[in-house]
Amino acid sequence: MKKRSHQSIRSLAVAAAIVIAMPAAAQTIAITGGRVFPVTGPAIDGGTVIVTNGKITAVGANVAIPAGAQRIDATGKWVTPGFINSSTQLGVVEVSAVTNTRDMSARGKDNIAAAFTVWDGLNPNSVMLAPARNEGITTVAVIPAGGLVSGQAALLNVVPGTTTDMIVKAPVAMVAEIGDASSAGVSSRGELMVKLRELLEDTRYFQTRRAAYDRAETRDFAASRLDLQAMIPVIEGRLPLIITVDRASDIDAALRLAREFNLKIIIGGGAEAWMVADRLAAARVPVLTGAMNNIPGGFSALGQRQENAAMLRRAGVSVALIGNAGGGDEEAFNVRNLKQEAGNAVAYGMSWDDALRSVTLTPAEIFGVTDRFGSLQAGRDGNVVIWSGDPFEFTTRAERVFIGGREYPEMTRQDMLTERYKALPNTYNTPVRR
Amino acid sequence: MRALVCMVLVGTMACASRPVPSTNTPPRARSDSTGGVGLGAASFPNADPFPSSYVPFPARPTVIRGVNIFTAAGPLIRNGAILLQNGKITAVGQSVDVPAGAVVIEGAGKYVTPGIIDNHSHLGVYPSPGGNALSDGNESTNPTTPHVWAEHSVWPQDPQFPRNLAGGVTTLQVLPGSANLIGGRSVVLKVVPSRTVQGMKFPGARYGMKMACGENPKRVYAGRGPATRMGNVAGYRAAWIGAEAYRRRWDKWNADRKGDPPARDLGNETLAEVLRGNIFIHNHCYRADEMAQMIDISKEFGYKIRSFHHGVEAYKLADLLAREGISGSLWSDWGSFKMEALDAVRANLALVDRAGARAIVHSDDPSGSQRLTQEAAKAMAAGNAAGIPVTEEQAIKWVTINPAWTIGLDDRIGSLEAGKNADVVLWSGNPFSVYSRPEKVWIDGALLYDRFDPAQQWRTDFELGFVPFARNQ
Repeated sequence: MKKRSHQSIRSLAVAAAIVIAMPAAAQTIAITGGRVFPVTGPAIDGGTVIVTNGKITAVGANVAIPAGAQRIDATGKWVTPGFINSSTQLGVVEVSAVTNTRDMSARGKDNIAAAFTVWDGLNPNSVMLAPARNEGITTVAVIPAGGLVSGQAALLNVVPGTTTDMIVKAPVAMVAEIGDASSAGVSSRGELMVKLRELLEDTRYFQTRRAAYDRAETRDFAASRLDLQAMIPVIEGRLPLIITVDRASDIDAALRLAREFNLKIIIGGGAEAWMVADRLAAARVPVLTGAMNNIPGGFSALGQRQENAAMLRRAGVSVALIGNAGGGDEEAFNVRNLKQEAGNAVAYGMSWDDALRSVTLTPAEIFGVTDRFGSLQAGRDGNVVIWSGDPFEFTTRAERVFIGGREYPEMTRQDMLTERYKALPNTYNTPVRR
Repeated sequence: MRALVCMVLVGTMACASRPVPSTNTPPRARSDSTGGVGLGAASFPNADPFPSSYVPFPARPTVIRGVNIFTAAGPLIRNGAILLQNGKITAVGQSVDVPAGAVVIEGAGKYVTPGIIDNHSHLGVYPSPGGNALSDGNESTNPTTPHVWAEHSVWPQDPQFPRNLAGGVTTLQVLPGSANLIGGRSVVLKVVPSRTVQGMKFPGARYGMKMACGENPKRVYAGRGPATRMGNVAGYRAAWIGAEAYRRRWDKWNADRKGDPPARDLGNETLAEVLRGNIFIHNHCYRADEMAQMIDISKEFGYKIRSFHHGVEAYKLADLLAREGISGSLWSDWGSFKMEALDAVRANLALVDRAGARAIVHSDDPSGSQRLTQEAAKAMAAGNAAGIPVTEEQAIKWVTINPAWTIGLDDRIGSLEAGKNADVVLWSGNPFSVYSRPEKVWIDGALLYDRFDPAQQWRTDFELGFVPFARNQ
């Protein structure tokens, strides 16, 4: 109980800060003079981006600036769509060693938790949100983890407020993990596929016999009613299935399964995806992967290499970059390090334009939201970042970050700590006051 | 140094029980570059039972010119040159003489730095592929295990080693894990192919000893104790009390050599060497308040902490670290994964550096270790953003000369100056850029990695057949 009241106090404090940060909604912003990257077309030097009432209304070199627009001079700056991190646990893991701040996994039933809606446990007051947003991450996928079928993922804007305010699309994908037999509750890779196939077959059966099921006139199923129901959009190909998997042979098995059941799948992690790049390209299966891991950390990832993302692109595979370096918590505390992944992807063979695409338009394509995100075009949401230079470089700062045309320049907890100890360099042995 | 410690201390009991300074310590042999007695193990009877057998690889005199050189000992030399000869740096400056037969590398626009040094590695003791069979980093059978030595766990065929070398890392301190209050001895390795760990050991490097504060020991030993932070502190102090008595017995016997020597105890041998100042303390510790307590314990028993590792709250007592001459081996931006890591800030290194304490970027991670200049770049940018100016010349020290100091090798490695070991990295561009990669890496003047020459890319025994490609294509 005591802990809960502390959290409430913190929530109130954060909420108060948000209210102050909120600018007026109805307005026109004209970002002028910057090097504009629409992503859907070539860069425009000295371009203008107009955002009206939260939506982009014009992008180009010769754009008339509406009367009364708030002008932002971006001369010498780079202007991109807000970055999208396609694999995070933002808001569902606060302190990973503190159990009751971990909400990214469900117990499920027999390692299947298809009904689990991870966003319902999301904490919009997480102190992780502001650092991500301040560094140019405007949209994130929050992905459940664990078991065989982990649950449903959501796509969220990194805005303050409630989870309802944040949700862009939920569910945006179902998540399954097929790399580890033991966490799937089976003994081997082959048995894992049997279990997944049984779930898919039962879902198909359940789908056509709902009335009989409700009358208790069907055979037993491998999963609960809610899990089967949640799987229906997956077997109908309406909801993509993110399959977290590293070994090339497991990716191949996932492709066979997808063909057999006509599933729309996305490979997550995909350490050895480069070995089956042509098959992925032919099946039009996108891959979520990083560019900072070359550690053969287990027998499932012996082929892990930093060139993976670039090699997949060259083979024609759609790639969204995510954090996968293994350390440094790139799924929560360092969601912001997506730009470092993108820079390293370039260092390891990806074109710069492709790297930008991999953190903007490609994730929007994968999650079916190109009508709103991923590019600077008229009609899209006003998720726009003004960078002091090349966004992938360490010296570059995200100077202005707009989500739906608004800025939320919240001071992060990290900033507050830095300010406190920067101002008081000799406080040892004296009480720290603020 | 110890006298100063006494003056600072309030309690006289602590001073009375303080070990007498180095007069009691037997003379220490200093090894040459091809092995011999390690500094840290020179006190009888435990002289150097596992001596280095490292022999430098064949090297040709090499000139790298037309490059921008971060020396870690002064300002960036633009369009400069460096000469490597007989395993040493013999000249560095705007230009150097080219000896007959020297390999000349024209590095137009590229950058040269000292070999990168990672003072917090678990390569070899937590190798890849992971799993119980090769998990040899934590002797978590007892909270106090000063008797174990990390080198006895190192697997020289760990495929993480060649990846580290390709990341520009030339020297590693491999530490035991942080499960224990006292985790055992570290070992300093050159990142070179070898059939044995002895063949990787840095000749003459002294040993370090790992200690750990806070959550890890109390979590691992919750059932048998220590289960609390106060239990942790009691555990350290109990160990030092026993070690001090042991050191006195042995130092006395070493001085008069009368009668049978006292019984040996492996753990106390290591602890006694710490008390004699021959082994450096590397103390895993996150929180500022705990670091302050560890400093008090070090004063109670008369040893020095060489570096706090992880130190996510080092910025909160950077002034104290500076005053005590203790360095901070830190991450650029790891945090929040447990309560004691909650207050991580990216300006940590900049704040510690500004206060006058040595700041080090360490990795504790086989991936991060390959990109220590990128990590330094993030920490530098965070400092600059917070109004604490950090230059690239400062930041390069965080991954070179400063970590060299923490392992007592700053007289031999860590900067590009005439007379120092020729551990050198040629980068494709500014090492603080996300787009730059090491192209060539020399250790003791020998070219051991070349990004564009597969024949110069070490592959471990393990990788043969299992990892079916050459890296860096």
